[in-house]
Amino acid sequence: MDIGIQILVIVFQIAVVLGGVLTHIAYLTLAERKILSDMQDRLGPMEVGPHGLLQPLADGLKLFFKEDIIPAGANKFIFSAAPILVLVPALIGFAVVPFGRDSLFLGDIEITPYIADINIGILYVLAFASIGAYGILLGGWASNSKYALLGGLRSAAQCISYELPLGLALVGPILLSESLSMKAMTEAQGGGFWHWFIVVQPVAFVIYMICAIAETNRLPFDLPEAESELVAGFFTEYSGMRFSLFFLAEYGNMILVSCIAVVAFLGGWQAPFSFLEFIPPIIWFLAKVYFLLFFYIWLRATVPRLRFDQLMAFCWKVMLPLALVNVLVTSIVKYIVS
Amino acid sequence: MTAQLLFLYFAGMTVMGAVVAVAAPNLVYSALALLVTFIHIAGIYILMNAEFIAAVQIIVYAGAILVLYLFVLMLFNPKQENLYMHKQYKVGIFLGVVVLFLMLFAGYRTEILSQGGSYTPELVEDLGHTRAIGNALFTDFIFPFEMASLILLVAMFGAIILAGSGRRRSKGPGGRVDLSRRKAAKKALADS
Repeated sequence: MDIGIQILVIVFQIAVVLGGVLTHIAYLTLAERKILSDMQDRLGPMEVGPHGLLQPLADGLKLFFKEDIIPAGANKFIFSAAPILVLVPALIGFAVVPFGRDSLFLGDIEITPYIADINIGILYVLAFASIGAYGILLGGWASNSKYALLGGLRSAAQCISYELPLGLALVGPILLSESLSMKAMTEAQGGGFWHWFIVVQPVAFVIYMICAIAETNRLPFDLPEAESELVAGFFTEYSGMRFSLFFLAEYGNMILVSCIAVVAFLGGWQAPFSFLEFIPPIIWFLAKVYFLLFFYIWLRATVPRLRFDQLMAFCWKVMLPLALVNVLVTSIVKYIVS
Repeated sequence: MTAQLLFLYFAGMTVMGAVVAVAAPNLVYSALALLVTFIHIAGIYILMNAEFIAAVQIIVYAGAILVLYLFVLMLFNPKQENLYMHKQYKVGIFLGVVVLFLMLFAGYRTEILSQGGSYTPELVEDLGHTRAIGNALFTDFIFPFEMASLILLVAMFGAIILAGSGRRRSKGPGGRVDLSRRKAAKKALADS
């Protein structure tokens, strides 16, 4: 294949994935408001478009035209760089997610359902997820505001702590599939839902989900932006476009961790029964991701926020030992069985 | 050709980041420059087909250690002391030159550079880098590997003991002072 066409294909893939992800982020905000309002017995956004369907568009336009305020005494360079440092890691992880099974062929040009299948896929995602903490920390520091600084510090502590059990929880699926590649991991779970890793790794799945919620700063772990204590945490001083970048990153991260959970535990694009395989794999993938996202929002409507010391104690005294034991048991069982 | 250009870019940025990290007037800028250095070192690892090390480099150094540094910087907000640099720069330059000379000397005089191990690039590519590193670590190099983890464990024990003993000491008189203060505050509240 010509190198020019190859580059064109890659650019096309990136454009499709990014476009898809950004659309999903926009409508996830609407979905969240609608589901929350449903659970709280009210209507939610109804004004813009039928049933408020154009609300994300209106929100985006509003944020775009807002005045860009940089507080006095803020470090301008870091203040503007921080939202980008948060958003880029959130979007870059989608490069290794396998969304479907079959490549699309246009003549002899192959368009794969993933941007890249690198053999350390899951480590790649973890590596960039850990970079995301910088944006939050620096954004909080550069704002020159005590609420933002406290929010940033809390968030850094929380992110570093919950990264450990998150990574350890993923070791289970890695051991079982004997690969770090997300594509190989999906393929190892073929042939019915009883082959999915959630069946043999339920503890790891629960640990992963809890840590993922903590990593994305969602309720009940949204202490970095606890509004009753810290106004809005690390992005208190941000407004307009910069604020919306933080917002995009939060929802992008939600989708990303859901995608990884689907790949590592719920069989990726695999259908639960073989007679259901006529439904395209990408629809299975999306359905699983949507279910996890619904679960996220459901949780937000249900559980109250933890206290900060509870959060830390829970991570270090419960999650981390549990994740370590899970790794140990999985390796022993795997060794005996194979 | 592309690989060489990429190497030049990564190596150049690594060195530049390191220089800025040492020379920057602001400690937060220093930390950020160090982040640039770490990420570009990961790039060099990828050029050497060592994806696993590259990912670990970012996760451990950029994602954990440097975040902790930044955390401490922001928590204590130390003032930059220019005097410190001025007093010691002669010694620093001297030591730097000596270390650089030693490294160059070691590189050219011994056979370290020309020595090849049993893991050739072809073998690593064939086996997969992660598998190759796992095999090597847990068979041939199990003793140094376990020693390294033991040393890290000792460091962790040390940190825990240091932190724990400090708390025990402050419990005695500190606690009492706090209590009396609280009593005084209560009295003042009741009086007013």
